[in-house]
Amino acid sequence: IPSVSSIVPESCLLIVVGLLVGGLIKGVGEKPPILKSDIFFLFLLPPIILDAGYFLPLRPFTENLGTILIFAVVGTLWNAFFLGGLMYAVCQLGGPGLNHIGLLANLLFGSIISAVDPVAVLAVFEEIHINELLHILVFGESLLNDAVTVVLYHLFEEFASFEQVTILDIILGFLSFFVVSLGGVLVGVIYGVIAAFTSRFTSHIRVIEPLFVFLYSYMAYLSAELFHLSGIMALIAAGVVMRPYVEANISHKSHTTIKYFLKMWSSVSETLIFIFLGVSTVAGHHYWNWTFVISTLFFCLIARVLGVLVLTWFINKFRIVKLTPKDQFIIAYGGLRGAIAFSLGYLLDYHHFDMRDMFLTAIITVIFFTVFVQGMTIRPLVDLLAVKKKQETKRSINEEIHTQFLDHLLTGIEDICGHYGHHHWKDKLNRFNKKYVKKCLIAGERSKEPQLIAFYHKMEMKQAIELVESGGIGKIPSAVSTVSIQNINPQTLPLERVLPALSKDKEEEIRKILRTNLQKTRQRLRSYNRHTLVADPYEEAWNQMLLRRQKARQLEQKMNNYLTVPAHRVDSPTMSRARIGSDPLAYEPKEDSENLPIITIDPASPQSPESAELGSEEPKGCSGLPPSPEEEEEGLVMRVKEPSSPGTDDVFTPGNSDSPSTQRMLRCLSDPGPRPEPEEGEPFIPKGQ
Amino acid sequence: TGGVPRVPAPVTSVLSLAVTSEQIEHLHRRFKQLSQDQLTIRKENFDSIPDLEFNPIRGKIVHAFFDKRNLRQESDGLADEINFEDFLTIMSYFRPIEMNMDEEQLDRFRKEKLKFLFHMYDSDHDGKITLQEYRNVVEELLSGNPHLEKESARSIADGAMMEAASICVGQMGPDQVYEGITFEDFLKMWQGIDIETKMHVRFLNVDTIAHCY
Repeated sequence: IPSVSSIVPESCLLIVVGLLVGGLIKGVGEKPPILKSDIFFLFLLPPIILDAGYFLPLRPFTENLGTILIFAVVGTLWNAFFLGGLMYAVCQLGGPGLNHIGLLANLLFGSIISAVDPVAVLAVFEEIHINELLHILVFGESLLNDAVTVVLYHLFEEFASFEQVTILDIILGFLSFFVVSLGGVLVGVIYGVIAAFTSRFTSHIRVIEPLFVFLYSYMAYLSAELFHLSGIMALIAAGVVMRPYVEANISHKSHTTIKYFLKMWSSVSETLIFIFLGVSTVAGHHYWNWTFVISTLFFCLIARVLGVLVLTWFINKFRIVKLTPKDQFIIAYGGLRGAIAFSLGYLLDYHHFDMRDMFLTAIITVIFFTVFVQGMTIRPLVDLLAVKKKQETKRSINEEIHTQFLDHLLTGIEDICGHYGHHHWKDKLNRFNKKYVKKCLIAGERSKEPQLIAFYHKMEMKQAIELVESGGIGKIPSAVSTVSIQNINPQTLPLERVLPALSKDKEEEIRKILRTNLQKTRQRLRSYNRHTLVADPYEEAWNQMLLRRQKARQLEQKMNNYLTVPAHRVDSPTMSRARIGSDPLAYEPKEDSENLPIITIDPASPQSPESAELGSEEPKGCSGLPPSPEEEEEGLVMRVKEPSSPGTDDVFTPGNSDSPSTQRMLRCLSDPGPRPEPEEGEPFIPKGQ
Repeated sequence: TGGVPRVPAPVTSVLSLAVTSEQIEHLHRRFKQLSQDQLTIRKENFDSIPDLEFNPIRGKIVHAFFDKRNLRQESDGLADEINFEDFLTIMSYFRPIEMNMDEEQLDRFRKEKLKFLFHMYDSDHDGKITLQEYRNVVEELLSGNPHLEKESARSIADGAMMEAASICVGQMGPDQVYEGITFEDFLKMWQGIDIETKMHVRFLNVDTIAHCY
């Protein structure tokens, strides 16, 4: 018996849950809440779009941009006008209940319902794993048609209140499309560049790096919406523009944070949207008119199919990889409507559009039909038609080399032919990017790092993490091959290994440390001292004193609560949180520890692979690690620029020159950043992509 | 100048589909530009293309035009000069895919393109891509960044080679030596990338199957 979740997509189940909840609330006698449009547009929609835009696979998107744009713009326009026109005809013929609905109202309705919804598409397509091309076509279309929807919606809404519509109005409306879409993109690009520029300077305050990404993106969205430009396009543009630069600047941990926060928020949003849809269905005032609703549904489907067929015929003339009829079917079938249509309908002013309830009913019916019927049946249809599925290929360094080689080769051939094609312009853009833009927006040495190197480092780190996860350096999991450098280059001396050579004792020590530290879930601060390689009794005494002082302080604070003048300046909650969150241990390594590798481990979560970071292995003979705030590593080994004397309560006393820098140090040391420069022979670079 | 030159039989028979006559004209014009109205092109003629300067693998690309293996001649080594037929032959490696190809044709199509690439990697023509040649490739790819150390390029190439060995041979004992990437191994490495759709120059669209004689 197949489980429910393999037949019914999650979005359907959520709507059903919403229906039940709404029914329950109504049954109790309360009024169930309706999905208000401003909550939807301001809070529920942006996380989903940002998640989509930030992680947009750029290569297939730009390769198919022409196709996507044609589907998004021309397809949506066709849907809107076709549907609007036909519904007007239906209304005229439909009897007394419908006769009063004018052409403009119908066109407005058509424009609301014609747009493919990104939330619904994401929800359904995520589960069926079709090949990348189809996914990006349908999904890209759902994102880019927002501009068209916004323009048409506002246009028809305004026109409906005009006495008559002149040609000038229509022309202005046409022009406003360009303003809305390009303006939205421009706003997004501006904010993206600002965000990238900001991230260049965040090497000292790594904990709030993710905030900039979210903040600037949201501001891009709000700014665009403020001027009635396309907020979705602004958000996508901001995410796409800022991503490569931000990821080069921020630390690995911030990257993880951004990824997980975005996924979390977008999941929550998606769930809430579908549940609310269900609840709103129960709660709303409905006006069911058989003719209107059924014909809407019917014409929606027909419009979509016709649109896709005609457009594909046209597009295939220009495409190298043509779209087969199977592809066309999936594209047509994947045109799902969702909550955006509902919210736009809800926004309609009741006074101007008294048939709003009927519109809403029809919209909800179409949404339900597409999500339930099409959403449920698309998976078996994909299997039935044997549509190509997504290939789970792991990106290998070889592929990266080959892809880059091919790019350069094709660019070269285009230059030789004298043909300024796709590759030529892409190459020009890359060169411009490398020469000017990267220098501005990426901090330090990383601005000059070629993509191949960055990719290689990322892969090396992943492999290192996998190796550590699988139980230490000794055991090699069967998945990893036993091929080593000896196999390909027999003359190489062991010194030239990609991994630096470790003596047996060092390996044993490393293994022991990793095992003990990774298997403990939570380390008390003090116990770290006992297990580290380099405990300093002087520093340990200082830390004990620190903790004692902290406790005394807290006690004193409680007593001081009622005094008018507090004895010491009260610590702000953020600062104390930052302090507790980061590891306040700071001590200098012993001078003769130069032969020992320094391992830094994040205590919080041994399960997450990203928490393990192998520090640098200093080659023999190097003088001890220089204490510098730039060399940020955390956990066991930390360096403080100015070690304070045990006597002063420096962490808490205001006015002491040590305390702000120590505070900052403690805060920033919780989050190591990208190493400023790759040192000699250093294979592991624990930083973001 | 005469009209469009004859496309010789070997081009059409082996590749089984020809480029259209307009494209041949266009390429012929370009050829004459490059050769400065001579009948043949030498390596130095490629210097006159300004945009090619920025290309990191410029040397390999130019070399590929003169590689006798690509020109379908029986012999090996490098030609000193190529005429228009040879130019067309090289260009035909970049034809885009067609809808009506069957499995076998598709396979041959793909193999040809990969063979061209293989020849570019394998500079000493011994049929294998050795570690040194691969290192050379990576170094050239990274040559656009002047302040990069050789060490990084080498370690990347080594890592890539190891990965290739593990894909092609699997588990290897410490005494076995992996000589180099043969063409079969090369095919395996490219399995994930559909080269038939990627390796083409757009304007060589075969709209009509016009054989021009």
